[in-house]
Amino acid sequence: MWSLLQIELFKIFRKSRTYISFGAIAAMVIIIQAALKYDGKSYIEFLVGGLKDSLEIPYDHILNGYFVCFIILNLLLIHIPLLIALVAGDSIAGEANMGTLRLLVSKPVSRTQLMLIKFAATVIYTALLLIWLAFISLALSILFFGTNDILIARNDSLEIIRRSDVMWRYLAAFAYATVALSTVAALAFLLSVFAENSIGPIVSTISVVIVFTLLSEMQIPLYDRTVKPWLFTSHMLAWKGFFYTKVDAGGSAIPGTIENLQAIMKSFWVLIAYITGFVASAIFIFNRKDILS
Amino acid sequence: MNRFLLFFPAFLFFSTYLPAQDAGILIQSIREKLEKINDYRAQASLKTNIPFLRVPDAEVTVYYKKPNRIKIKNEKGISLVPKESVSISLYSLLNGKYQVIDAGKDKINNIPVRIVKLLPENENADLVLATLYIDASRLLVLKAKITTRENGTDEVILSYGKYAASSLPDKIIFSFNTQDYKLPKGVTFDYDDGSQKKQPPGDQKNQRGKIEISYHSYEINRGLSEDVFK
Repeated sequence: MWSLLQIELFKIFRKSRTYISFGAIAAMVIIIQAALKYDGKSYIEFLVGGLKDSLEIPYDHILNGYFVCFIILNLLLIHIPLLIALVAGDSIAGEANMGTLRLLVSKPVSRTQLMLIKFAATVIYTALLLIWLAFISLALSILFFGTNDILIARNDSLEIIRRSDVMWRYLAAFAYATVALSTVAALAFLLSVFAENSIGPIVSTISVVIVFTLLSEMQIPLYDRTVKPWLFTSHMLAWKGFFYTKVDAGGSAIPGTIENLQAIMKSFWVLIAYITGFVASAIFIFNRKDILS
Repeated sequence: MNRFLLFFPAFLFFSTYLPAQDAGILIQSIREKLEKINDYRAQASLKTNIPFLRVPDAEVTVYYKKPNRIKIKNEKGISLVPKESVSISLYSLLNGKYQVIDAGKDKINNIPVRIVKLLPENENADLVLATLYIDASRLLVLKAKITTRENGTDEVILSYGKYAASSLPDKIIFSFNTQDYKLPKGVTFDYDDGSQKKQPPGDQKNQRGKIEISYHSYEINRGLSEDVFK
C-alpha cells in the first residue's frame, strides 16, 4: 500500500500542473502582502468604515503579520478549491485519458484499495498546498509585518484577539481548512470517475463550488433556512469560527475561547460526511465500471 | 472617554466644599487648583463594552498634560478607544465665559451630592451643558453628564479609593452613544453558525457603549514628553 501511495504521489508531483497551484498561491500571497505593505492603512480604513471618526484606530499596530495572514486566507480560501480541483479532477480521468487506467486496475490490488490510495495521495497534495500557504501567508507575513494583536472584521462587529491567543487558532484553522479542501478534492475525485479526460471533472468541480458559494453567501431567507445548511461550501467557512471569541457579561472578549465550538464541530462532521459520501460513491461506481481505456 | 479625561483634572477641583459660596468664586478656586496638575502618567486596566466591539481587557497607560492633552496607549497590543471629540478641557472651559448654576442636591449610592451645572455663554460652543455631582463632604466629583452638539450626552461615574486624597479616581466608567457598524457579507465571508440572532434595523443605532478604566498607579507632575501624544 505504501509503495502504491509513493507511486501515486510521484505521479502527482511529476506533472507540471501540480506546481501551478504552488506558484499561483505564492504569486497571489506576495501580491497581497506587497499591496498591504504599500497601503495597508487604506484597507484598514475600509474595514473600520465610519468608526475612524469616533474611535482612535492604531493603524500601525493593526497592520501586522497575523492580520495580513487572515486577510490572505479570507481572500484565497474561496479560490484555492479551484487549484485543488486541478489535481483531484485529474486523478482517475487523467489515467483514462492517457490509457493507463486499464493497466492500473490489472495490478494485484483491489479497485477499492486503488481508489483509496489515489484519494489519499490527493489529500496529501491538499495538505502540502495548505502547508505551503501557511508558510508564505503566515511565516512571511510575520517576517515582513511583525506580530501584534489581530483585528477580525465581521459583518456586524470587530474583534480583537491578543497576540498570545492567536497561533493556536491558526493551527486549528489550517487543520480545518485541510478537511474543508479535502471535500472539494473528494468531489473532483468522484467526478473524475465519470470522465475520460480531466477537463470535465475540473470544470464541473469549479462550477459546483462557484454555484454553491453563491448560494452560501446570498442573503435570501428561503435559501438560508433550506438550502444553505446543507451546502458543503457553507461549512467550509467554519475555519473562521476559531477566530470568533466569547464575551463575558461585561462585554469583554474572553481570551482562549471559541464562540461556538459546537457549530464548528457540526460543520466538521458535515464535511466528513460529504467526503465519505463522495469517496464511497466514487469507489462504488469505479468498482462497477467497465474500464475500456 | 478622552473628552472626559480632559475634563477630569478640573473636576477634581469642583470637589471643593463651597455650598454657600458664590459660583464664580467656586470656579475661580477650582481654576487655581487646577493649575497644580501639570501632567500625569497612570497605569490602568481598560475594559471595553461597545455593542459592535469584542475586545479583551487590556493594560494601558494614560497620559495627561495641561491644558488639554490626553492619550491612552496600549503598549503591548491594540485598544480602540473613543476619540477626543470635544476640543476643550474643563481647564480651558474654566478660563472661558460661562454660567455656573447651583442645581440643588441629590444622592449617589446614598452619598449626598451637590449638583452644579455649567452653561457656556458662547452659543456656538460644542459643549452645551455639563452637570457635575459633587460629594461635598469628601470634596470629590462622583458623576458628570456632558452634553455636546457632536456626540449627545456622555456620562462619567467616578469611584475613589487610595488616591482620593489626591482627588484622583481609582475607577472611571464612561458611557456614550455608539454608531452602527456594518460591512457587506460579500467582503467578510463570515461563517454563519446558524445561531446568530438578527437584530431589527436601527436597533444598534441607539445603543450605548461603556468603557471602564481602573487605575493602578499615578505619577503626577513628573514631566511628559510631547512625543507621547503623537
